[in-house]
Amino acid sequence: MNLFNIFDSITQVDPEFNERVSPRRDAIRNMMSFGKKVSLAAMPFVMSDLFSRAYGQTPTDVNGVLNYALTLEYLEAEYYTIGASTAGLVPTGPAAGAIATIRDHENAHVAFLKQVLGNAAVAKPTFDFTAGGAFANVFSNYDTFLALAQAFEDTGVRAYKGQAGILKGNRVVLTAALQIHSVEARHASHIRQMRRARGGAAANQKPWITGANDSGIGAAVDPVYAGEDLKVQAGVDITTLNGVSGKLSADAATQSFDEPLAAPAVLDIAKLFIR
Amino acid sequence: MKETTSTNESLATVDQQLSSKQLQRRNFLKLAGAGAAGVAFLGMVGCSKDDDGPDQGGDGLYFGSGDIAILNYAYALEQLEAAFYIEVANKPYSGMSDWEKMLFTDIRDHEIAHREFFKAALGTNAISNLEFNFGAVNFSNRDNVLATAKTFEDLGVSAYNGAGWLIKDVAYLGLAGKIVSVEARHAALVRDLISNGSFANSEVIDSNGLDVANSPTVVLQAAAPFIKSKVDVRDLPTY
Repeated sequence: MNLFNIFDSITQVDPEFNERVSPRRDAIRNMMSFGKKVSLAAMPFVMSDLFSRAYGQTPTDVNGVLNYALTLEYLEAEYYTIGASTAGLVPTGPAAGAIATIRDHENAHVAFLKQVLGNAAVAKPTFDFTAGGAFANVFSNYDTFLALAQAFEDTGVRAYKGQAGILKGNRVVLTAALQIHSVEARHASHIRQMRRARGGAAANQKPWITGANDSGIGAAVDPVYAGEDLKVQAGVDITTLNGVSGKLSADAATQSFDEPLAAPAVLDIAKLFIR
Repeated sequence: MKETTSTNESLATVDQQLSSKQLQRRNFLKLAGAGAAGVAFLGMVGCSKDDDGPDQGGDGLYFGSGDIAILNYAYALEQLEAAFYIEVANKPYSGMSDWEKMLFTDIRDHEIAHREFFKAALGTNAISNLEFNFGAVNFSNRDNVLATAKTFEDLGVSAYNGAGWLIKDVAYLGLAGKIVSVEARHAALVRDLISNGSFANSEVIDSNGLDVANSPTVVLQAAAPFIKSKVDVRDLPTY
């Protein structure tokens, strides 16, 4: 599969997209109120039906975003599936429990997105989590495994954020994307705590991102955190705002807002791990 | 729907500390949010005669309409969270570790950053400062503080997730996205402080791996017991 084709389809956003969707809002609203009455298990089918009805004329834009998401979820799902099943990698107990929880979520995201996309779903790429040898011990060294997990989660959070604009006003797809997005952020928070508990280079990890690359694993993951050190939001410099005693710190300013990452940057990261 | 149920379940721990009157309200909410009846709340008249929570119509603080109303809605939630964590940091519960002290100081500053950002961004459209009632929270008790924090963080995540599609301006949507993931990082951390590994358990994540999304109506009703000021959200977009 060619990731750059996906990227092209995402960036060629139909400028009339919103106008075209708006008249269909009522159809969506009706479908959703119907959806409330059906069992949760049946929802993906309802949604699938909804997509083909509401977006019949411009399936490539929304599907492009969904396939982009699916590709990232494929990557995460396979990563944790391999990690969880590799003997001796993740310590038994709470660590193994957490990795299993995250693995199950990523696999659920894959299943959910595939169900929503139906025949339009892209196939799973072939992954190389060593990134051509750069992370040769990814499945034999627990710290490397966690470090890469953190990079994937923090990237995932940024990737979903970067696509929200294309889904603006779309009750079903935007809401589902946001619901996945916050799960990735919960994962990132927990992985960061797991790394902190390991000490060493990760001893200063916090559940949130401070400045730009705060991972403690060096410049290899600089692209994951590029731009995370933004202190000005919508023209408001957060460090000029009043805190409890004095102005808010630069750390607080960067921690309190997670930044989006555009598709080209995300795909540059992802393609390191795709054969 | 499941989303509503799980939020109410997560409120359960806090409810142990609430008065019976508030419990009655919660049961009312549970009924109202349980199905299509939630739509009847659009008029926000359900609790207008209560005097221990926000009067959501009439002469309260007017949120405005459209995106301005949604920003004021977010501003109100950030005011609530900031006020709560300022208390937590001011009155550390007994046995608060240095690590926990640092975490809660960080979270407090994040919520103040969000609050002050919305205030600055809204300018003259911003609602005034809300007054809160944390009488049901025992700030010296770790379990109680963490349970309340969990409620607020999960509720905040569900609020941004559920309001995203109502936002018309793509820049505002982007800002909501930048904030909601930080709230989710908080939620996971607080949950782990309560019970390691509960950062994203089945209370909040469904079988599709999706987090909770709640409408503004459901969120405001859940926050109602903590909000003393009267608010007027008649033109706040909801569903």
